[in-house]
Amino acid sequence: MDRKQCCVKLSVQPSRGLMDEKFIVLVQNALPGSQLTIRALHQCEDGHSWEAFGHYTADTTGTINLSEDPSIRGTYSGVEQMGLLWSLRPIPGSKPGLRMRKKNIQTPMEVTISVYQGHQTEGFADLVPLSGVVVERWYMAPGVRGFQLQKVDSPQPFFLPLGPGPFPGLLDLYGLGGQLVEYRAALLASHGFASMAIDYVNSKFTIETGKMVDSQYFETAYRVLQQHPQVCKSRIAMIGFSFGTSITLKMAIYSEIIKLSAAVCISGSHVQPVDGSVEEILRFSYKNAGKTRFSEKDEKIWRDQLLPIPTDPSLKADVGRLQCPLLLLVGEDDQSCPAQESALDIKEMMAQAGNSHLLTVLSYPNAGHLIEPPYTPHTRSSNFRTTGMPEKVMYLWGGQTVEHSRAQEDAWKKILVFLRENLYGGRNPTLFSHL
Amino acid sequence: MRGFRFIRGTMWSVTRPLLQECTLTCYRLLSAMTQAVPPILSVTPSRALVDEKFQVLVENLPPGCPVTLCSLHRSEDKDDWEAYGHYVSDHRGVVSVSEDLSFGGTYTGKEPMGLLWSMRPVPGSRKGLRLRKINVCTPMLVNISVHSGHEGFRDRTPLASALAERWYMAPGVKRIDINKQGVQGTLYIPPGPGPFPALLDMWGGGAGLLEYRSALLASRGYVSFSLDYLWSEYLSADVEFKYFETAFNIIRNHSQVIPDRVGILGSSLGSMVAFDLTAYSTIIKPRCIVCISSNHYHPPGTTLKAGFKILSKHFHKAHFDENNHMSWRSFALDLIADPSNNVEVGRINCPMLLVNGCDDQNWPTVETAEEVARLLREGGKEHLLSRLAYPGAGHLIEPPFSPHFRATKFIILNSKEKVILLWGGHTKAHSDAQEDSWRKILSFLQLHLYHSPSVKANL
Repeated sequence: MDRKQCCVKLSVQPSRGLMDEKFIVLVQNALPGSQLTIRALHQCEDGHSWEAFGHYTADTTGTINLSEDPSIRGTYSGVEQMGLLWSLRPIPGSKPGLRMRKKNIQTPMEVTISVYQGHQTEGFADLVPLSGVVVERWYMAPGVRGFQLQKVDSPQPFFLPLGPGPFPGLLDLYGLGGQLVEYRAALLASHGFASMAIDYVNSKFTIETGKMVDSQYFETAYRVLQQHPQVCKSRIAMIGFSFGTSITLKMAIYSEIIKLSAAVCISGSHVQPVDGSVEEILRFSYKNAGKTRFSEKDEKIWRDQLLPIPTDPSLKADVGRLQCPLLLLVGEDDQSCPAQESALDIKEMMAQAGNSHLLTVLSYPNAGHLIEPPYTPHTRSSNFRTTGMPEKVMYLWGGQTVEHSRAQEDAWKKILVFLRENLYGGRNPTLFSHL
Repeated sequence: MRGFRFIRGTMWSVTRPLLQECTLTCYRLLSAMTQAVPPILSVTPSRALVDEKFQVLVENLPPGCPVTLCSLHRSEDKDDWEAYGHYVSDHRGVVSVSEDLSFGGTYTGKEPMGLLWSMRPVPGSRKGLRLRKINVCTPMLVNISVHSGHEGFRDRTPLASALAERWYMAPGVKRIDINKQGVQGTLYIPPGPGPFPALLDMWGGGAGLLEYRSALLASRGYVSFSLDYLWSEYLSADVEFKYFETAFNIIRNHSQVIPDRVGILGSSLGSMVAFDLTAYSTIIKPRCIVCISSNHYHPPGTTLKAGFKILSKHFHKAHFDENNHMSWRSFALDLIADPSNNVEVGRINCPMLLVNGCDDQNWPTVETAEEVARLLREGGKEHLLSRLAYPGAGHLIEPPFSPHFRATKFIILNSKEKVILLWGGHTKAHSDAQEDSWRKILSFLQLHLYHSPSVKANL
């Protein structure tokens, strides 16, 4: 029997982890100095396959440790402990414009990690690996309970940590993608926040009337969250992504009912009609549809629609009136939203109003629009259908993979620390040292 | 002596009210806090294999606050098992089970995994219980919670909880029922292309078919076959012997197994079968064997059940301890004193690892290991043998962080009579032995089954 075949041992620890936890990939008992390829393969819920790989050389003890040893080339290079996840991309021959988003968060993302002889770049399906393991990546920690909270309009997914509580609450808003995203709320619940993912795009009202819901929809969600016996009434925050930022700012500043302890805004803008309804805010950004550009690959670039940042205060949410801490996350290569320009203007407005001590801006060079939880593969452009539009079109989100992935990792840690400080009180980030 | 007791009594009468006052203050603080937010309890990793460590951390407590960390598990038999440790938070309001000391409870001192290995049935449970997972496709769920104060912590609702999943099976491990050529058992196959080294895994008498160790071994890279071997009545010892040889060959011939890298792992009665097969078989050659709680008692020409009948004739000589728990150790020592009763282990030609507890009250396993050493030495083969003997450990040496069972209910095979058998061991020492021996067993298997030059005996 081939000694090489018998020797190589591959292990990934932990084999079952949360999506934001690091793992250690270790190859042992390889021939010293041998060239090996370590590859990750994942099949999405929609049937598409994604892969990542790195080329390594075993050391004198026949070991490769991904947290210490560099990948010479592959879908990532250098010492990249989590490169096998964040550099995942559709396998050659896949249709363009794919994006990885998990719908069913009750089951884990399964990734098969294998080690192959030599430095391979393609044709993995025809090769027999030396060794392989399966790794599970979960959005939900054990004990987190996911259920539907009944609302006026429609039930909303709600994730409650285990234990008596009471827990600080979170209202989680994604963008206009049309598909309800629960995974971030589930992951935040795994860190101790009672999180409600608000589906404002597919509400009964919107489906019936074709119009966007209004403030009352979000205020009702806030009330329902507050009234839950295991939620701390006075410690509720809102986290909004993309268009979700516009809603978050609107609620934080103008709502008489919603009183937030903190707000997190990712890849968004404050440019919107002052105290406009949600419908009006949406129409406002579509008004400038003529400003849409196209990249050389014919991808839609949306960022100019809100530019230049207006000087007219009636066209911007009045951030000078904010009374809670605000964390702004910006990808400097965001091609969908002028998040960086907006952040600069927000800073100026708050400095003038005297509440800039509430503001923290995290701005990431070469990060794009889709700032997701850590190790989510970077999507520079994808097929997307926005609310009110009939067809899916290729949109450019921006970002360079390495920097974007670093941004996701850093941003998440800082979001958790920010939420912990403002909702739990105290500054003890020891908990996140393993992330 | 009286003087000391007086001093100790006085100190206690001073410190106890102080501790109570401290607890009350913290409790009040915590109550006020819990109107707002509770402490934060985390277990990392929350999903792990049973032989992996975790870190339990509590944050957001008031500083210098006495708390109790508690673990609770409901077994498949619906019994509740618990462990707890008394801690005091530091100036930041943090308790770290990995770093801090427990001052009382089911374990004391710096014990990162104390909440698991020191588990025992909750007060009021049935006697003589043993914790074993039968369905290994699901995890063992352990609820970890933090309570305010030390004494009487159970009367108060927990401040925070977390759930830990402890798995015997890694993702991708396959479980296959085997019923082939008359052989019954369960096969576990690691994920990956294979082929893999493999193990024939045998437990002792009275346990039924236990699969968890095989599941764990497969999670560590070995095809492992948990063999069911006490369900049948054999006509003769030869027929029974063939059963084991057939089982070994089923593994050896499996498409996912490297045929010349198959070992045997046996515990208690299973270790006797390991010795027997390796010493006498002309058709199977294990690459190496591991014997936990070594037993080489096998009167020639007897089946296992017949051998057990012979053993039971000596039960009247069994020693009963102060709790009326039955120990076989002393009469067993007499039995094995006669070498004609025993497997001729001197005939074995492959590497062997023997793992035993010095406080084994069920079987003279350490003496057995010494005898094995002596016989091998006579044959110039002592280099094949590695022995681990753990002071304070008992008979039931399980995977790491499993609770310790000093005595449990046992059904005497032939008579169906229930007794409580004394296995021995003292919890802390026994748990250390389980943790240390597992690492060494894996290391031994890795050496001999994953990459060994062949070790030939000097004949």
